Amino acid sequence: MSGAEKIHVRVTEKTPLNALVTRFRFEPVDGGLLPTFSGGAHTVVEMKDGDITRLNPYSLMSDPYDQDAYTISVRRDDEGRGGSLFLHNQVDVGDELTISYPVNLFSLDLRAKKHLMIAGGIGITPFLSQIKQLDRAHGNWELHYACRSEALGSYVDYLTTTHPNDVNVYYDDQDQVIDLENLLDGQPLGTHIYVCGPKGMIDWVRGKAADLGWPREAVHYEEFLAPQPGKPFEVKLAISNKVVQVGEQESLLEAIERAGVDAPYLCRGGACGMCETRVIDYAGNFIHRDHWLEDDEHASGEKIMPCVSRFEGKTLVLDR
Amino acid sequence: MTIQFNDETFRDDYSFHNSERAIKRFPFPFDKDSYMYAVNMEQHRGGPADSVYEKRFDVDEHYVSEMRDRAQVLADDPLRCQSLPHMTLAGWDVLELIMTCKAEDYPDLFELHRDGDRWRWINKPLGIDDTFTFLDETTLPYGPMEYITRQTQGDFAVLDQRDDNLWMDAGMVTTQADWSLDFDIGMNFFEWHAPVPLAHEKGIFVRALKFLLNIQQGAPARRLNWTMTVNPLLDTSPENYHKWGIQKTTLTPQNIGAKQHLRVELQTFFRLPRSNGLVFPIRCYLCAFQDLMTVPKWGRRLHRVIRDLPEELATYKGFIDNRPMMLDYLSQFDDGLPTSNGIWPDLETEPPLQK
Repeated sequence: MSGAEKIHVRVTEKTPLNALVTRFRFEPVDGGLLPTFSGGAHTVVEMKDGDITRLNPYSLMSDPYDQDAYTISVRRDDEGRGGSLFLHNQVDVGDELTISYPVNLFSLDLRAKKHLMIAGGIGITPFLSQIKQLDRAHGNWELHYACRSEALGSYVDYLTTTHPNDVNVYYDDQDQVIDLENLLDGQPLGTHIYVCGPKGMIDWVRGKAADLGWPREAVHYEEFLAPQPGKPFEVKLAISNKVVQVGEQESLLEAIERAGVDAPYLCRGGACGMCETRVIDYAGNFIHRDHWLEDDEHASGEKIMPCVSRFEGKTLVLDR
Repeated sequence: MTIQFNDETFRDDYSFHNSERAIKRFPFPFDKDSYMYAVNMEQHRGGPADSVYEKRFDVDEHYVSEMRDRAQVLADDPLRCQSLPHMTLAGWDVLELIMTCKAEDYPDLFELHRDGDRWRWINKPLGIDDTFTFLDETTLPYGPMEYITRQTQGDFAVLDQRDDNLWMDAGMVTTQADWSLDFDIGMNFFEWHAPVPLAHEKGIFVRALKFLLNIQQGAPARRLNWTMTVNPLLDTSPENYHKWGIQKTTLTPQNIGAKQHLRVELQTFFRLPRSNGLVFPIRCYLCAFQDLMTVPKWGRRLHRVIRDLPEELATYKGFIDNRPMMLDYLSQFDDGLPTSNGIWPDLETEPPLQK
């Protein structure tokens, strides 16, 4: 069985925060205690959407030491393949779901003298659990949080009320922009940067930090990619000797699993590297979307990350 | 099963001994008649009843005496236990993991009572009954990792995970096969494995690291490793090589059966939930050649493995000079019959020695 260990939970609260974001609270069905976790961890939520089983990662935003419940916040993506829409529209209080044990690909570097957090939009969620972890240990942190508008600023009120001196909020519609160069320039030695948000923001922060001479190890980022829909294609699985059609609204990994083939995975968002698969033969073009493989590996035609990447063409044979 | 704890020593008069039960449950590390490095990992989720795999942290008849030996090593050399400043949270993770596992797996020996952050820990074999505040170091006599690993058999490497690598940033190391925490502290996975021959070229460490980085909460893993030790010494450290290295020259054809020990490490790997670090317990089991030879399958197999082992490995494991004498001894127990697959003794099904 692939992926992390599973936990059966019941939805005990469903709280709309604004036009796009809804918060869900999960408690264990058996009444036991949930595992503790580290700030920045995510869980993979399993959703039975008709014939398709969707497994989407969401950052845990609750107190990592609270073993009674986990909470996640889900931003509705009207253009996506339906995972967030399913949670928003079809999951209600009382429903049971299966989620994975916490997995952390965005953990705090506990050597840091100061943690400088930069969030964009729904990218705020991992910082909420990290802040709770740091507060308990009297850690030194500072948050810079960019939102589209006051109306869409999830948890702005909570953060500015509880931590008025550590939280800085920027609204796009008021033309407020993080003064990144000055911000990075003024940090004490031993500061680590954490950025979670849209790809453009991550690239901006990483690029600026590199230009200013920050060590690569002091810059941490996380961006989960949702698999994107695309043209249907056919894949041959050489080891299991199966030919599978990948549907328009389905990822390659989901199609492999639907065929009954147990493929390894963890994050399902192109970040962790677990599902890396060797390409045996192909005639066509890869649509690589992961953060895991290097550019030369993408160009080589020898590997693919089936959780987020697709293929267009005649023949694709995988070592699976 | 109730455990009778031995009163024994791992130094000076070497009164260490294995009972018949301890011999049968010895983790013999060879699953076939030859040996080469492999990433031989499997899930650590129990195993046959009374085997060393059954519990998450095996407690056996040597427990009390091993803890006494550890206290002696630490008194002589406090640098055997170290924890860099950012590893305290991981130390609490280790304490929580061991206390909860032992209290669940050995309720007659260990008890953990939790009332919020106020914890009471009872260790009956060592006569300990302490109440402390979880996550408050000032309420324990030692740091959290040192406190609990003074009460747990095996060495402990506590690893920080960052930059797609693992870092040896804390540990309790007093029963090691010739490596030094004081030397390795702060090193990454490739740095501390640099002295191992052949495995780098085979790409073993790149694959092993990838596996370890992906070990998840609730899904621990394990493997066996092995070497050879003359006399039942737990502390075969580089720091004390001048004391034990010379003992390798004391083997004779008359005493080899009693003095030469196969040293096996049960290595386990647990993801630590609060720190996202990894703990790597390395549990040492010793068994004299003459005790191993009471299991016919192990007698046949050990002879073949040692005979065919590449020279580099026999050198690295430190017994190249004694190998001819070992083979003279072991060959008496190899009648050439085939052996069954797997590590278990198979006493009921494997024939007795035919010579």
